[in-house]
Amino acid sequence: MPINSTHYLFLSLLLFSIGIMGTLMRRNAIIIFMCIELMLNSVNLLLVAFSKMYGDANAQLFVFFIMTVAAAEVAVGLAIIVMMYRKVHSVDINILNRLKH
Amino acid sequence: MDIYSILFWVLSVIAVGSALGVIFSRNPVNSVMFLITTFFAISGHYILMNAQFLAIVNIIVYAGAIMVLFLFVIMLMNLNADVEPQKGQLIQLAGLISGGVLFLVVLAGIKTAGVQMMDPKSTDIGLIANLGRVLFTQYVLPFEISSVLFLSAMIGAIVIGKKEPVHGVYKETNQ
Repeated sequence: MPINSTHYLFLSLLLFSIGIMGTLMRRNAIIIFMCIELMLNSVNLLLVAFSKMYGDANAQLFVFFIMTVAAAEVAVGLAIIVMMYRKVHSVDINILNRLKH
Repeated sequence: MDIYSILFWVLSVIAVGSALGVIFSRNPVNSVMFLITTFFAISGHYILMNAQFLAIVNIIVYAGAIMVLFLFVIMLMNLNADVEPQKGQLIQLAGLISGGVLFLVVLAGIKTAGVQMMDPKSTDIGLIANLGRVLFTQYVLPFEISSVLFLSAMIGAIVIGKKEPVHGVYKETNQ
């Protein structure tokens, strides 16, 4: 059975679901951040597969811009995590529920 | 079974296996290593689909820059010791079930998606000459805006990472 776009659809969906599971299961803020990166990458993979399917270069440019935004997001997010670690000496997200009270 | 299929399945198994390793390994450093493996496998998929520019950019930006940033933060905070308190078994099971249910629902949705053959002949749309032409003609404005985004993210990271001033002066603190 030759590889077609449905295979990439399933692979990308599987990676995305693993990212969701990790986000819901872990308490370490850095691991949750890494799972978000995993989800972004699965979407990138799907965009490249569609770009190949339709022979269109626009999707690959979108992947490029997603990578750009992800890099900026990681810089700011890790700065926030470092700041939080400096305040509460932990990266446990359960400590961050103070806005509730 | 041609070489394309074999490579696809091998890369997929590597990607999914190391993605599972990311979420199940106890040590954050191991998670970072597994995530780098996943990114390399995804880069292999890009090469398989003849998107060579994105494959190289994926390796340089993700595996080279972002993951090193993660490693830096983990080692600066000395988190490689296993100190993470675990969530209760119930919460973990709930997360697992929620992710699995999302997988099944979307799977049921895309099961009937039209099967389109990938274009078998090798296309050159993923090569850097073609992508550069499109980027600098059609997407000039987003390109420039993303540079502004980078600048603001850089300034934001510096401002957030700075020690907070206490009554206008920066207090020396021994952390």
